[in-house]
Amino acid sequence: MSKIELKDWQEKIRTPEIECISRDEMASIQSKRLVEVVNRVYDNVPFYHEKMKDLGVEPGDIKDISDINKLPFTTKEDIRNNYPFGLRAVPEEQVVRVQGTSGTTGKLTVIPYTQKDIDVWGECLARELTMAGLTKEDRIHICYGYGLFTGGMGLDIGVSKLGATAIPMSSGNTKRQMMCMEDFGATAFACTPSYALYLAESLKEAGVIPRLKIKAGIHGAEPWTKAMREKIEGILGINCFDIYGLCEISGPGVAMDCIHHKGLHIQVDHFYPEILDPGTGTATKEGEYGELVFTTLSKEAYPLLRYRTKDITSIDYSRCDCGRTLPRISTFKGRTDDMKVIRGVNVFPTQVEQALVSMGGAVAPHYLLVVDRVNNLDVLTVMVEVDESYFSDEIKKLDALRDKVGKVLKQALGIAVKVKLVEPKTIQRSEGKATRVIDNREI
Amino acid sequence: MENNTIKQLSIFIENREGRLDEVLHVLGENDINIVALSLADTEDYGMLRLIVSDPLKAKMILKEAGITSMVTDVVAIKVSHATGSLSSAMHVIVEAGINVEYMYCFANGAEASAILKTDEPDKLVEVLGKSGFAVYKELEAYNANA
Repeated sequence: MSKIELKDWQEKIRTPEIECISRDEMASIQSKRLVEVVNRVYDNVPFYHEKMKDLGVEPGDIKDISDINKLPFTTKEDIRNNYPFGLRAVPEEQVVRVQGTSGTTGKLTVIPYTQKDIDVWGECLARELTMAGLTKEDRIHICYGYGLFTGGMGLDIGVSKLGATAIPMSSGNTKRQMMCMEDFGATAFACTPSYALYLAESLKEAGVIPRLKIKAGIHGAEPWTKAMREKIEGILGINCFDIYGLCEISGPGVAMDCIHHKGLHIQVDHFYPEILDPGTGTATKEGEYGELVFTTLSKEAYPLLRYRTKDITSIDYSRCDCGRTLPRISTFKGRTDDMKVIRGVNVFPTQVEQALVSMGGAVAPHYLLVVDRVNNLDVLTVMVEVDESYFSDEIKKLDALRDKVGKVLKQALGIAVKVKLVEPKTIQRSEGKATRVIDNREI
Repeated sequence: MENNTIKQLSIFIENREGRLDEVLHVLGENDINIVALSLADTEDYGMLRLIVSDPLKAKMILKEAGITSMVTDVVAIKVSHATGSLSSAMHVIVEAGINVEYMYCFANGAEASAILKTDEPDKLVEVLGKSGFAVYKELEAYNANA
């Protein structure tokens, strides 16, 4: 196959009556659903009943979507504290499935679904698979893990809703994946971007790519770059799409990007996004970065009000070139967990990384942020490695490099930065969750 | 024709306790003899510049030990142990309009040497030669105190 160029792309939209409507029309759907969900949680979930009482808010105070900021937040800790099913809003007999997360940072998160929840989840994915150019004629090789994790099962549900054929491979055993991909004539595949790249390289090495029918890849559940997408697209001769989701809200398919790759379209008739200042919890100006917060508008079994994802992004409400009006979130800039407030400015380690990368190889993108408080003033030191490739025997050249890095970082972060050059390979590499920030302030 | 420049080893050293000792230990353990040494210090790091018995081998050994170094071409001028001899060499350099990035010296019995880093090593050697100043050849410098 060969990658379809933008000019040759034929956009298909599954539900234009939802995906392309005006912002006002969407707001009226959202308002109606918000009022319903608030009433349901107030009546059926003691946790929300209490929280709303504490804030002095009654369901009657919520008249439309603009009242959402009166509602209480929900955090990951709230879900954990009510483990496993304390926030359930329907009687047991209406629950048909649970899915969850592995709980890498503690207890499992487990989320129940009613049949309607599954249908909505599947519908969102069906819209997105359509956005990727797929129809019921397609065969979709799913190599996300099946089990509690929402990846495999979620895609499976979406493929069924679309009416295409699901090939439920689950993860692992690359040799078998390659054999089935070829033998079953899969036309699309879904997995994490890192596995997609690994699989693509393995397929190339085995020389089977010319015999494949793959035309699209659906990848998410971990951050990836445009360069990585283009690499997978280049090796396999396909179009790849970035899918986002979280099990607390439903699973994969909360948002996905279209062929224009200008942000991920959120299925806002079901998942209402807010972008808030992570420090104050108030809305940022449209287009500004902040924490992504979701309210599930149609969830029955496990509705969440203003769930704080800790993901940092911005949102664009303008109509996309694909024709959709579903707003788009930008690539995640980081997590609020890593955010530091330095002299009143929000600083994310990923901003530093992006700034270093933007210097076009002048420095290695390995860094460590150290925050100190000197004479009651926050001082940010960024340690950057002096790699062999830009090492100099002349101190003035090293100083010039240090000053240049300082200038680029100041521009990117909006605060003055002290740059310290350190020996190569002394900063921990980013395998998994590397320490990027050391905060020595005692606040 | 043999080069008029010699190879200097430059090593980036973080300002932390024992780091210089570690670097020197690696060199000593591997039979690398130090002919000349200069250590420039800044607020955050030091720059160690060395003339050693085998600069390319030294670079390789340091790399294996996880220490970054680079090899730079410098000129080693022979100056006699006489008052004013370095001054007259410097006078020639200034007259010729040659910019000196940095300089340090070593003494070796009857002879002394000024090691200079410049962007114009060939021109430097030429003007010095015309005024009667000789420069060290590579092997001669690396074994100057052997």
